[in-house]
Amino acid sequence: MMSGLLSWMIFLPLIGAGVIMALPKDNHRGIRAVATVAAFLPLVLAILLLAGYDPSTAAFQFQENAAWIPALNVNYHLGVDGLSVPMLALTALLCFLACLISYNITNRVKEYFAFYLLLEAGMLGVFAALDFFLFYVFWEVMLVPMYFLIGIWGGPRREYAAIKFFLYTLFGSIFMLVAILALYFTSTPHTLSITDQIARAPGMTHGFQMFAFVFFFIAFAIKIPTLPFHTWLPDAHVEAPTAVSVLLAGVLLKMGTYGLLRISLPMFPMATKYFAWPMAALGVAGIVYGAFVCMAQKDLKKLVAYSSVSHMGYCLLGIAAYGSVAALTGCMFQMVSHGLITGALFILVGVIYDRAHTREIDAYGGMWVKVPVYSGIMVLFVLGSLGLPGLSGFVSEFMVFLGAFPYFKITVAVGVVGVLLTAAYFLRMIQKMFLGTVAGQTEHLSDINAREMIAVAPLAVMMIVLGVYPALLADYIKATIVNLVKVIGA
Amino acid sequence: MSAFDLTKFYADWQIILPECFLFVWALFVLTLATLGKKDEPGRSGTFALWTILGALITAVWVGVTADGAAFGGTFVFDRLAVVFKEVVLGGVILTAISSIGTVGRLEVHRGEYYGLILLSAVGMLLMVSATELLTLYIAIELSTMGLYVLAAYHKGSRRSAEAGLKYVILGGISSAILLYGVAWLYGLTGTTNLAAIKDAVMNIYMSTGGFPPAMTLALIFVLAGFGFKLALAPFHMWAPDVYEGAPTPITAFLSVASKAAALAAFLRVFFVGLESAAMAWTQMIAALAALGMIVGNVTAIVQTNIKRMLAYSSVAQIGYILVGAVARDTWGATAISFYTMAYLFANMGAFICVIAFSERTGSDEIADYNGLAARSPVLAAFFALFLLSLTGIPPTAGFLAKYYVFLAAVNAGYLWLVIVGLLTSVIALYYYATVIRKMYFPSGETASTITVSKSLTLALVISTIGVLFFGVFPGPFVGWIQNAAQMLLAGK
Repeated sequence: MMSGLLSWMIFLPLIGAGVIMALPKDNHRGIRAVATVAAFLPLVLAILLLAGYDPSTAAFQFQENAAWIPALNVNYHLGVDGLSVPMLALTALLCFLACLISYNITNRVKEYFAFYLLLEAGMLGVFAALDFFLFYVFWEVMLVPMYFLIGIWGGPRREYAAIKFFLYTLFGSIFMLVAILALYFTSTPHTLSITDQIARAPGMTHGFQMFAFVFFFIAFAIKIPTLPFHTWLPDAHVEAPTAVSVLLAGVLLKMGTYGLLRISLPMFPMATKYFAWPMAALGVAGIVYGAFVCMAQKDLKKLVAYSSVSHMGYCLLGIAAYGSVAALTGCMFQMVSHGLITGALFILVGVIYDRAHTREIDAYGGMWVKVPVYSGIMVLFVLGSLGLPGLSGFVSEFMVFLGAFPYFKITVAVGVVGVLLTAAYFLRMIQKMFLGTVAGQTEHLSDINAREMIAVAPLAVMMIVLGVYPALLADYIKATIVNLVKVIGA
Repeated sequence: MSAFDLTKFYADWQIILPECFLFVWALFVLTLATLGKKDEPGRSGTFALWTILGALITAVWVGVTADGAAFGGTFVFDRLAVVFKEVVLGGVILTAISSIGTVGRLEVHRGEYYGLILLSAVGMLLMVSATELLTLYIAIELSTMGLYVLAAYHKGSRRSAEAGLKYVILGGISSAILLYGVAWLYGLTGTTNLAAIKDAVMNIYMSTGGFPPAMTLALIFVLAGFGFKLALAPFHMWAPDVYEGAPTPITAFLSVASKAAALAAFLRVFFVGLESAAMAWTQMIAALAALGMIVGNVTAIVQTNIKRMLAYSSVAQIGYILVGAVARDTWGATAISFYTMAYLFANMGAFICVIAFSERTGSDEIADYNGLAARSPVLAAFFALFLLSLTGIPPTAGFLAKYYVFLAAVNAGYLWLVIVGLLTSVIALYYYATVIRKMYFPSGETASTITVSKSLTLALVISTIGVLFFGVFPGPFVGWIQNAAQMLLAGK
């Protein structure tokens, strides 16, 4: 296959950002066109990646390795396995679709797309990096554009949300940095390579594993976010412009769980075992708490935001059941599925907000009569989100519960209540907004337009295809997960 | 030394050539200033720039051709000297370029301004190379004398006068304290040569199995003296007032070039001279570094004047740099050198942005930066980049610098200090981001557009290249600095 594919994937958006910087400020069409192309090309590369990836092995593929700062043993090391391939594809897809949604940005367009593409580069980089330094650089690089995207183009409380996001995440990252430094110095020879660190994992002492695990977990837990670190999420998601909410929910949150799978589990198996139940408890607490909070929401976007807290709880629960291939596969499945569904939900919330300028659930009624196509799509995704069989959300929830049940019987039993609660709040929302007679702001709505349709259609197709034929995704993940379970040595 | 050795004489002067070059031209610029009827703003500035460039090239040339000690081992030109001389001269160049506007608005003594900068720079270059405590002391005095005058250069301004006065009084006291410490060291060891002090201190330790109280006293005095020069907490009290009152290019000069030179001297005194007493000073430095990071960052939050905020931020930055000092090895020395390098570009850049802003608006208040991104997108972008580098966000040089000092400290077992450093950098993000927020998320109407003069744009571009280049492609450079640090510690 193509050499340097991963690098191209990461740096094409950066090149695009550079081109945009060179364009005149008022050339909105040109800027949008460049941004769209720069977001589309990584998607093409992602498809090539999916086609070229050999799912039968857990080994890293498409590797690129070059010395970056030899004095510090820092390498530019990229590579993908079954954990990163689906995430890269998801990121590239959502970035392209959210770019289409960004066309309605009319204020400071040039800066917007430059930051947007920088964000994309950072996100892709995180999922491809196999060197701790590089991983950390990408992890941090993302914060800056995200800060600006929320702070400039966000809702009324954008400044607060932006700085809160930045401070929370940076606070988490510094713990990760300490752990990385500690890993570096405890290894002989000193190395920052993630793969080498995994290889030496059996030699780490129990105490060291506990320390490093906790420090990494703080960083990842803030990103996921799990209780009690979740309070940045509703602020950031609600205030962010639609496209950025899509990426926040669809990609950024997954970095936390990806980090756990990529780093914490294989590198600190003893600590993983020790902390398995607390993680499961946190996961279930997130599922139930998030669902309860959703019930109380009057703002549609807030509802979707809190539903993310709930849904990411499934991922954590799956990770806690580290010994089960089913649970870990379910976790990966949930990461992709939640990215597709919640991404689409945020796009759809944005669609009506653009038209009626309110997100109050009570402000709408009887939408099915007025905007049938929109309503049909929205309800489809809502059903996907609440775990209707036949759609991707069901597969992931089922696999997580199935895999985790033998380990944490009572905890999982409590978690299943979350499914019920999810159905309750979503159905209540559907009833209020879409059924009944036309009321409130619904008058002013026009149905979904072609561009918005193009943005959500691929997500709908993917959701259905993965729901009906999960093997399509599971095949990519399987070998890696089986190997991961073996490495942990359950 | 019976006969006059011409070769030796030549070799000695070759090693000190950059300083000589700069000194002669400094005198020339000063003379030029007094000869002119009415000072032309451009002339002495241009001369000064060419002089510094000349010195820079000379320093590189000497670095390539000559190597070693001169004047009976009181002065060396080693790799470390090359690194720090380039940093100091880089700071001087950026100061000179960014002074053009400020000098143009001066009514009198335009020419002397550059002359004093150059003289001060000579002192700094000597500081970087001094391996003997009295030479070092004289070099420090030479560098600060010019700065005292420069701090008070806005003749009519009360703040500037206050800055000059405060600086001269506290600077004098701190020099006295440093000298007192040097005297104690001489009393203990019988020498002022750093290499000899190292051996003598080792002998004291070996013969008595510990250090006498006098040794601790000497260390405290020397450290306090350096503390004043570096504006290290709790010796930083002078810094905010002086930084605020001094003409902004001089503030930048003070906070970057003068500190870089002091850091080089710090490395020589503590990593070489007092190396054998390390266990007596490591704890002290760790405490001071932690204090600097906490006090600097926390106090910076409440500042409303950008120059004061940057003053407290540089107190914190020195704290971060000294985190590297607890690792008394190659890692530590390399980390300190690289951090100084990154700090040069980021801090200098930030001050140049302040200069550019106040040249057009006459204000240094953070509140007035509201909507700068709309008034001058380029200036705001530069400023944001420098602030992010000071915070330590990749891919800027500031990130790698912080990474490096923390790496060194973790290696030395100072995990608590690293955690303090990292937590305070979250605090730092808050106040740096406050400025970014003002610039990019404006509230209310924003005023007219701001243009940046050509000379300042040049200075900003140089700083930006520095911040990004050393953040993204630091490879060869880090290796080179590491080599310099190894040679320093090996005593070559």
